[in-house]
Amino acid sequence: MTSELDIFVGNTTLIDEDVYRLWLDGYSVSDAVALRVRSGILEQTGATAAVLQSDTMDHYRTFHMLERLLHAPPKLLHQLIFQIPPSRQALLIERYYAFDEAFVREVLGKKLSKGTKKDLDDISTKTGITLKSCRRQFDNFKRVFKVVEEMRGSLVDNIQQHFLLSDRLARDYAAIVFFANNRFETGKKKLQYLSFGDFAFCAELMIQNWTLGAIGEAPTDPDSQVDDMDVDLDKEFLQDLKELKVLVADKDLLDLHKSLVCTALRGKLSVFSEMEANFKNLSRGLVNVAAKLTHNKDVRDLFVDLVEKFVEPCRSDHWPLNDVRLFLNQYSASVHSLDGFRHPTLWDRYMGTLRGCLLRLYHD
Amino acid sequence: MPGKLKVKIVAGRHLPVMDRASDLTDAFVEVKFGNTTFKTDVYLKSLNPQWNSEWFKFEVDDEDLQDEPLQITVLDHDTYSANDAIGKVYIDIDPLLYSEAATVISGWFPIYDTIHGIRGEINVVVKVDLFNDLNRFRQSSCGVKFFCTTSIPKCYRAVIIHGFVEELVVNEDPEYQWIDRIRTPRASNEARQRLISLMSGELQRKIGLKVLEMRGNAVVGYLQCFDLEGESGLVVRAIGTACTLDKLSSPAAFLPACNSPSKEMKESPLVHPPSHGCRSTHNSPIHTATGSRLTQNFSVSVPTLIYTGMGSGSAGKEGGPFKALLRQQTQSALEQRGGSPHRFCRRREFPFFTLTAFPPGFLVHVGGVVSARSVKLLDRIHNPAFVGIMGNTRSYKLLDWNSFNSDEPETRDAWWAEIRQEIKSHAKALGCHAVVGYSESTSICEEVCILSASGTAAVLNPRFLQDGTMEGCLEQRLEENLPAGCGFCHIPYDELNMPFPAHLTYCCNCRKQKVPDVLFTTIDLPTDAIVIGKGCLIQARLCRLKKKAQAEANATAISNLLPFMEYEVHTQLMNKLKLKGMNALFGLRIQITVGENMLMGLASATGVYLAALPTPGGIQIAGKTPNDGSYEQHISHMQKKINDTIAKNKELYEINPPEIAEEIIGSPIPEPRQRSRLLRSQSESSDEVMELDLSHGKKDAFVLEIDDTDAMEDVHSLLTDVPPPSGFYSCNTEIMPGINNWTSEIQMFTSVRVIRLSSLNLTNQALNKNFNDLCENLLKSLYFKLRSMIPCCLCHVNFTVSLPEDELIQVTVTAVAITFDKNQALQTTKPHVEKSLQRASTDNEELLQFPLELCSDSLPSHPFPPAKEHLESASSNSGIPAAQRAVTVEKASPMGEGNFRNRSAPPCANSTVGVVKMTPLSFIPGAKITKYLGIINMFFIRETTSLREEGGVSGFLHAFIAEVFAMVRAHVAALGGNAVVSYIMKQCVFMENPNKNQAQCLINVSGDAVIFVRESELEVVSAQQPTANCQPLCTGGEVTT
Repeated sequence: MTSELDIFVGNTTLIDEDVYRLWLDGYSVSDAVALRVRSGILEQTGATAAVLQSDTMDHYRTFHMLERLLHAPPKLLHQLIFQIPPSRQALLIERYYAFDEAFVREVLGKKLSKGTKKDLDDISTKTGITLKSCRRQFDNFKRVFKVVEEMRGSLVDNIQQHFLLSDRLARDYAAIVFFANNRFETGKKKLQYLSFGDFAFCAELMIQNWTLGAIGEAPTDPDSQVDDMDVDLDKEFLQDLKELKVLVADKDLLDLHKSLVCTALRGKLSVFSEMEANFKNLSRGLVNVAAKLTHNKDVRDLFVDLVEKFVEPCRSDHWPLNDVRLFLNQYSASVHSLDGFRHPTLWDRYMGTLRGCLLRLYHD
Repeated sequence: MPGKLKVKIVAGRHLPVMDRASDLTDAFVEVKFGNTTFKTDVYLKSLNPQWNSEWFKFEVDDEDLQDEPLQITVLDHDTYSANDAIGKVYIDIDPLLYSEAATVISGWFPIYDTIHGIRGEINVVVKVDLFNDLNRFRQSSCGVKFFCTTSIPKCYRAVIIHGFVEELVVNEDPEYQWIDRIRTPRASNEARQRLISLMSGELQRKIGLKVLEMRGNAVVGYLQCFDLEGESGLVVRAIGTACTLDKLSSPAAFLPACNSPSKEMKESPLVHPPSHGCRSTHNSPIHTATGSRLTQNFSVSVPTLIYTGMGSGSAGKEGGPFKALLRQQTQSALEQRGGSPHRFCRRREFPFFTLTAFPPGFLVHVGGVVSARSVKLLDRIHNPAFVGIMGNTRSYKLLDWNSFNSDEPETRDAWWAEIRQEIKSHAKALGCHAVVGYSESTSICEEVCILSASGTAAVLNPRFLQDGTMEGCLEQRLEENLPAGCGFCHIPYDELNMPFPAHLTYCCNCRKQKVPDVLFTTIDLPTDAIVIGKGCLIQARLCRLKKKAQAEANATAISNLLPFMEYEVHTQLMNKLKLKGMNALFGLRIQITVGENMLMGLASATGVYLAALPTPGGIQIAGKTPNDGSYEQHISHMQKKINDTIAKNKELYEINPPEIAEEIIGSPIPEPRQRSRLLRSQSESSDEVMELDLSHGKKDAFVLEIDDTDAMEDVHSLLTDVPPPSGFYSCNTEIMPGINNWTSEIQMFTSVRVIRLSSLNLTNQALNKNFNDLCENLLKSLYFKLRSMIPCCLCHVNFTVSLPEDELIQVTVTAVAITFDKNQALQTTKPHVEKSLQRASTDNEELLQFPLELCSDSLPSHPFPPAKEHLESASSNSGIPAAQRAVTVEKASPMGEGNFRNRSAPPCANSTVGVVKMTPLSFIPGAKITKYLGIINMFFIRETTSLREEGGVSGFLHAFIAEVFAMVRAHVAALGGNAVVSYIMKQCVFMENPNKNQAQCLINVSGDAVIFVRESELEVVSAQQPTANCQPLCTGGEVTT
């Protein structure tokens, strides 16, 4: 006796969250059944392995049919074939677009192209995430990227509108899109200690302050929307950053800056002497990063540079986080007291974001 | 008699890409009704076209309005080649033809293609202007309402129940026409869909005419079926019960009665709501005072067999004269209608009712199950008029609606008339004049066809059958004692002249009348019946191998096998019933399916313990070789196991009847066997007339003799039926006795399984085991899938077996799972207290929504929904971020759309698709049906030539059934409804050819589209306008809250 056909169709589509998770994780039906057996479900429910097999198959079939709709979540809302309560729909979408930390760290900042897709095999082996799941996550990144790449307006809003994701997840995707678009290097060994959250945090700050959309925040006339793009860095701004070079190139300015900072922080830092000794190096590092951002290549290396030029020196001197904060605050603020410096707004736009990023990046 | 049909095509969405080059579609729409076609403009390059067309107007006869479906075809415009069809929508406009139903059809319909399935949606608005008022419709039958529901619909009152209406129409099946060889599968499927749609329309109109002739205004329990006879044609037949219904004007006054049947159940028999829309039981003493009795009975016609109880009672025939009087009156009532001026000869012959639940007082006594089967050889339906036209030597009967009416389809009609005649005579033999819960079915394999009919013989209250002229005298004479809910159990036949040997005792409830020891019926449990404990689904399953044969030889072989199958099915039912410690079966449905090389029998029913009937005896096992010591040990071991099982079941189903002193019941006196009279069947299609006595002699307890392996297996199979896991109950009736506090959480589902038998060495035993395993595993799977709804009951479990090929067995199950509130389920007494408790909890349910979201642990003591969080997933949820977990917990149940409104407001909360509930039941728990919008009767064909690519047979059928549900929901929503009740999947014919990568499936579904309102919402209204009528029920709960 063999089962030729075995289906279950409910008027309200049954969604088993556990099976959905297994499916998303890319397990085959037989692996999923084995995993479910191991979870002790048979003992709890008194079911047999055959029942579990049939149940799993059924759910997998449903998910397979739903997948097409999940690629364009608004379709899931308006379709008539599967009757699913709205909150269940939200759950389906949210989980489908959720991703693994380990995976996203591997592809963050990489071009979402066929070439990268070919590397998924290696990523799968390296992270222990099934190839199927890697493919889904990669395709999700790519799909979202394609849809919002050319769109105007807020990146997060665009993603939310077209993919119906929660605010949190939409922000994460905004970071992924932003990183992919600007191709920030995140894979270097030096950067391995950073989590996706760290990068996402930085991305958000950069989107808020460094992109075209950032200055268009007060759109005076509708035509200015043309430039309201969240995915690209403001080229003009990057060009202008060269002007900051004066802070390290002009020796007097540099000394003055140093003395202002040191005066203000004396007695407040546990690593005061180290700071004093390193000030010029650190300042040079931070300003040079800014000056180099005109080149795409250097934009990509932004995080490598920040870690090399700032995070690592501080860490080797065992700066406590609070001292870093005090230093950066003072370092940024003191510039306003430099008489010869003519770009305080530019400086704030640059340093405000950078300070936030550095504080986030500064950990073990 | 013209009417004006107006159609507007608004927009389309999600259309498929038809032009690969642009990834877009140039869509336009053809709107066709009858022979008139309109077209919209082409909407260039869009997958979401906005046609916003003018109103297309069709001026048509109302006959056409009834017969024809509106046909909407979406096409892709192509300048150079033929336009490609995207898909079609058929809309049945019948619901617009009577005033009380829908007034407009408007909404998104899935665009359906028989090869590709659903391809996008189209927004359509349809209206009908009828030029005259309702009276005019008498020539067509536009005003007649149709209901699939097999009880009086909830917002109506039955003035008169007229009786049986039936009709059938035949045609050639387009699939078998010569032209089919040259046309595409799509064209062939569409021809078939359209033809069946036309035929159903015509059938409905003809039935409507009969109803009007009977002076009725509605058909209740309308059941329409298709017989795909292959070469010999296509038969569409329908039966129903003609009624005169009154719409209840004041919904408030009716509120208590129609809250939901489950609640009525609970109140009976002690408390009758004083304000039924229908007449209350109190005024109908007829069913109390007559000396009528019944026994459980079971008869079949090819061969005829009667099942009886054992022995017979001793007491006198006190009720004789009354009984005779009553019977006479019922009969005269039934016959009188025959004498009415609008005489219609056929309908008088059959006092049948397709209803399974009745207004209080309608059902007086129940006699037992009557059934008849007949094996027929299909022949081409002869109609010489068409020989020439078909250009073919074969001659078919063809009905052509447009040009002329051909002769009546004599043969098929005659066959059914024969069977019905037989049913009628069986009922008569049981002292009954009517048959209730009546249904008909067929099973076809090649050219052999088994026609089956079954019902429950009953004595009815004549009052409902005509305008109540004779109520007076009967009531006065019979008024003295009111039996509380046991009257229907009392035997309707004369005790001294019983049609079969029966074991009678005094009714355990009223101690006045005689009752049989076991009662089988095809109806739902009457609402006033006194039941002890809970009920359960009982199934008998059986296979018999049969040699392959042709024509007559085959028919003979089948009719030879049938009596044995009936006998064994019956024995199994009896054994299983006793094993459950129960004494009555309701909703009995025996399906015999014929295949090339086997016959399958599947009987389903709901077992209950009726307080009126005596406690069932146990099952005794006897060995044939008593001297063998070890053998005896084995026997006693088995006996012990059986006794244990019975005890366990009694506990499980909470069956603890009050002890009754032996002397009151009176000991049965054995009757000589010769007294058992057998019913003769009057119409035999094939050879033999055979009659079976299923009475198993006169043994006190049920004795199983173990003398061979067969019997051993019977015993084993008895014991291997696993009870459902705790928290689950199942029944095939509308509601489960003993459970009265349904929540509004329902889940209707269809499950299909096909197994392939290994062809080697098939024996009856192996076959039985396979079949049994198939059904049991299917049930187990259902229990597992629906575990998150526990505590829950599977209601209206409907199994259908078919044998699509030599070694394939297909089982289709449709049912609804309803969650109930466990804490209150345990209380079966004190209906009032319980009622108020229940009300209180419904209120709580609303209040508790918010706290529920917050606490993620399930509280076992929680009165409302432990079920919702009951998931084995609790542990594995740990991986989910906290933000998501809130969503998870809240939505752990598979349903929940009813109670949880969009709270977690992700962007998708504002979905535009309204929820449409579907249920095979006639009601929606926790809700009140406020309007019936019309009948839904849909037929779909789906075919594929890329079976593997669509996920194999399972993927193909899964998608198709989901699509069928979607199309039903869309039609209901377009009518303005939010639910389908009395939903049934009447046919699911699946054929595959894996070698060719092809499959085809035909599905036919029907139901009643309704609007319902949640009781919680309703209560607000009713509280504001207090009605004296509904106080005992409504207010109780609110006060205690």
